[in-house]
Amino acid sequence: MTGIWAWSPESSISFVSDSLKKTFLSNSRNFHQNGDGTVEEISFEEFLVVMSHFRPPALNMTEEQREKVRREKLRFLFNMHDTDNDGTITLEEYRHVVEELLSRSGALEKETAKGIADAAMLEVASISMGHMEPDEFYEGITFEHFLKILKDIEIEMKMNIRFLNMDTTTLCK
Amino acid sequence: MPAFSCAFPGCRRDLLVIVLVVFVGIGLHIEASAPAYQSHGTEGSHLTNITNTKKAFPVLAVNYEHVRKPFEIALWILLALLMKLGFHLIPRLSAVVPESCLLIVVGLLVGGLIKVIGEEPPVLDSQLFFLCLLPPIILDAGYFLPIRPFTENVGTILVFAVIGTLWNAFFMGGLLYALCQIESVGLSGVDLLACLLFGSIVSAVDPVAVLAVFEEIHINELVHILVFGESLLNDAVTVVLYNLFEEFSKVGTVTVLDVFLGVVCFFVVSLGGVLVGAIYGFLAAFTSRFTSHTRVIEPLFVFLYSYMAYLSSEMFHLSGIMALIACGVVMRPYVEANISHKSYTTIKYFLKMWSSVSETLIFIFLGVSTVAGPHAWNWTFVITTVILCLVSRVLGVIGLTFIINKFRIVKLTKKDQFIVAYGGLRGAIAFSLGYLLSNSHQMRNLFLTAIITVIFFTVFVQGMTIRPLVELLAVKKKKESKPSINEEIHTEFLDHLLTGVEGVCGHYGHYHWKEKLNRFNKTYVKRWLIAGENFKEPELIAFYRKMELKQAIMMVESGQLPSVLPSTISMQNIQPRAIPRVSKKREEEIRRILRANLQNNKQKMRSRSYSRHTLFDADEEDNVSEVRLRKTKIEMERRMSHYLTVPANRESPRPGVRRVRFESDNQVFSADSFPTVHFEQPSPPSTPDAVSLEEEVPKRPRLKADIEGPRGNASDNRQGELDYQRLARCLSDPGPNKDKEDDDPFMSC
Repeated sequence: MTGIWAWSPESSISFVSDSLKKTFLSNSRNFHQNGDGTVEEISFEEFLVVMSHFRPPALNMTEEQREKVRREKLRFLFNMHDTDNDGTITLEEYRHVVEELLSRSGALEKETAKGIADAAMLEVASISMGHMEPDEFYEGITFEHFLKILKDIEIEMKMNIRFLNMDTTTLCK
Repeated sequence: MPAFSCAFPGCRRDLLVIVLVVFVGIGLHIEASAPAYQSHGTEGSHLTNITNTKKAFPVLAVNYEHVRKPFEIALWILLALLMKLGFHLIPRLSAVVPESCLLIVVGLLVGGLIKVIGEEPPVLDSQLFFLCLLPPIILDAGYFLPIRPFTENVGTILVFAVIGTLWNAFFMGGLLYALCQIESVGLSGVDLLACLLFGSIVSAVDPVAVLAVFEEIHINELVHILVFGESLLNDAVTVVLYNLFEEFSKVGTVTVLDVFLGVVCFFVVSLGGVLVGAIYGFLAAFTSRFTSHTRVIEPLFVFLYSYMAYLSSEMFHLSGIMALIACGVVMRPYVEANISHKSYTTIKYFLKMWSSVSETLIFIFLGVSTVAGPHAWNWTFVITTVILCLVSRVLGVIGLTFIINKFRIVKLTKKDQFIVAYGGLRGAIAFSLGYLLSNSHQMRNLFLTAIITVIFFTVFVQGMTIRPLVELLAVKKKKESKPSINEEIHTEFLDHLLTGVEGVCGHYGHYHWKEKLNRFNKTYVKRWLIAGENFKEPELIAFYRKMELKQAIMMVESGQLPSVLPSTISMQNIQPRAIPRVSKKREEEIRRILRANLQNNKQKMRSRSYSRHTLFDADEEDNVSEVRLRKTKIEMERRMSHYLTVPANRESPRPGVRRVRFESDNQVFSADSFPTVHFEQPSPPSTPDAVSLEEEVPKRPRLKADIEGPRGNASDNRQGELDYQRLARCLSDPGPNKDKEDDDPFMSC
């Protein structure tokens, strides 16, 4: 599995490769650190577990099944953002996400990135909490709030990868 | 019993208004065409008189011939718009019947009236239709085409457009020929090529009709783009088939070479059309780069280049519709980055206006032409045509979906298939193509009648019933929500994530190529086509600035800061403390003190009578303790910043220097490249510099009219010092122009 990291990080997807690395590896049970804090290997099962999040929904799914699939995919995204795994995405983590997103274009304008992240956070707070006293503090985006703000995005239609041109169930038998 | 009883009195009045408007319109029109004969008469008598006597100078004279053509055109357009206006005054009617149906009915009425008067009603001239009425609608559709769903489904759309239309044409043509062979029908003179020609005319889904009907039902994005995209892209197939069969039906025979040439022609027509459109699109984008001083004419460039693209491709018998779409799609991102906001609004409204007028006129003329046109009615032929249309459409969609679903990630459900099949409406393009048939075709009248019947059937029956069917089947509707920043962020995030995962899998899929195209676009194309420095701006930032601009405009217009949702949450609820957190114990202490103070003050406030002075007193008391606490915090911060801003090479670290380790949560300054800061030995100069208090001074997030936006400051030590001082000053003195939103986050504990 180490071979993958050798060729995949082209400069264009270096951002993604960092977060992807983290995500793949955070699920790993063979989590042993080298001297500089990097993890070198994951097993194939763990790889499959992560990749299973990108499976498209089946054709004849009921509404609850679709809802389940949606939750699962959004959970994956949530874990990617929530770097310290405390169950909430704080303003800092969100800022980090936006900055990394913008840094790809090369024009890293911190002020704008902060502005965007702050506006986004404000939006989430407005939608989720509705009404807060001026001295209350909104700790961070919980998973439920995350679900709420992204429910319109129909993620089960979008977050899919075509693995092979075969039905994967035939391979695993 | 009255024929129609309205539920409320205003309804009857409105109906009366409409009928009056119709009659006024007709009356004006008849009057307009009548004096044509009169003015000839006066002209003649004037000439004979001039030799005899000197007439008195004509104070008032009528010369209608002078203005006849523009007058009639303006009158027709005015009539069409008054009709449209009238419909929307009756909400019950427009909720049940789609506008296109009503307009056709009006056209029928107008045509009938004109015929009753004894005049010849005008027919929808094909020249007028293809050169004047169709382009605005297509440009409007192409310019505002939602790119993302279109490109995601382009394979499916192409399969439906090309193979679906071919299937329809041949199925219908073939079966109609078989029908004509039956002796009892009495149409034995019709040969195969004529039938195939007819099939090819009737088989194409019409963009105007689809737009008119689908706009009102707000169906979900996927189905909408499938039907709509198909209606746009099948133009190439229609053009090729039509020209092919038109040519061949004159000659009478078809060889294999001809068929092969036909296939080649298809590729030339479609790709050529797209190429022509793209060239004009790039020209338009390039021109818009230089229009910063002549903002007023910017919209005209967009319209004219697009129209030229259409005309140029029609000149070469390429697909004009595809050229127009390609032009709009290509030029839009660059033009929108260059033109002013007002020009953008102008373009949007002019396109909507023109396409609306065009659509209205097309439907009305369709109605009028029905009354006017020469008809040859043959029950069997017409009924069979209608039935075959439906059958071939349904079979085609089901068959193609079966094949397509093997390749799609997100499969098309049965409901989607049904709507796609049911939404295949025929419209004015079919009629105009039929009208273009030269009179040498002996079946022309029959074909025209059949085409009109099919159009009427699809628009009336399918158009009217599709809305209740959508409700009945509970098909997913379009989400009607404003664009939100979170969704935008996550859409972009998903793009990158999926590109990365595709890279990991080694599979060069949709996202990979999209990424490559984006990179190519950014490095080479944008440089040439976008004015100024804007070409570096990533999409997210552009989106964010647009939102800011919108909010600013709304604020200017309404006089207050708009809130997207009614909530009392403001920045202070989410902003972390600008000052580094002291140890937890100390923080608890501070909180307790503050709370106690606040409570004291609240009690005091309540006990005093309400007056302005008492409020100020209360504030002052708060301020005192606040200032004290602030001072402590500032002191701590000063000490900390000292370690950060002083670069390593200027001062060797003192022996007892603390290893300062900041967790990302507590530190606002860490929204930097490194989530944590480790201070070891004299690190290379870059590290402390980078961590210095550069742009991490919490400049209050600009949610208001800050159009230019602060550019990122270079990380500079001197700058860091200045910023730091500004920060200190910030905290101690809020400054005059802060409003409630930018309250000191300190108060949030």
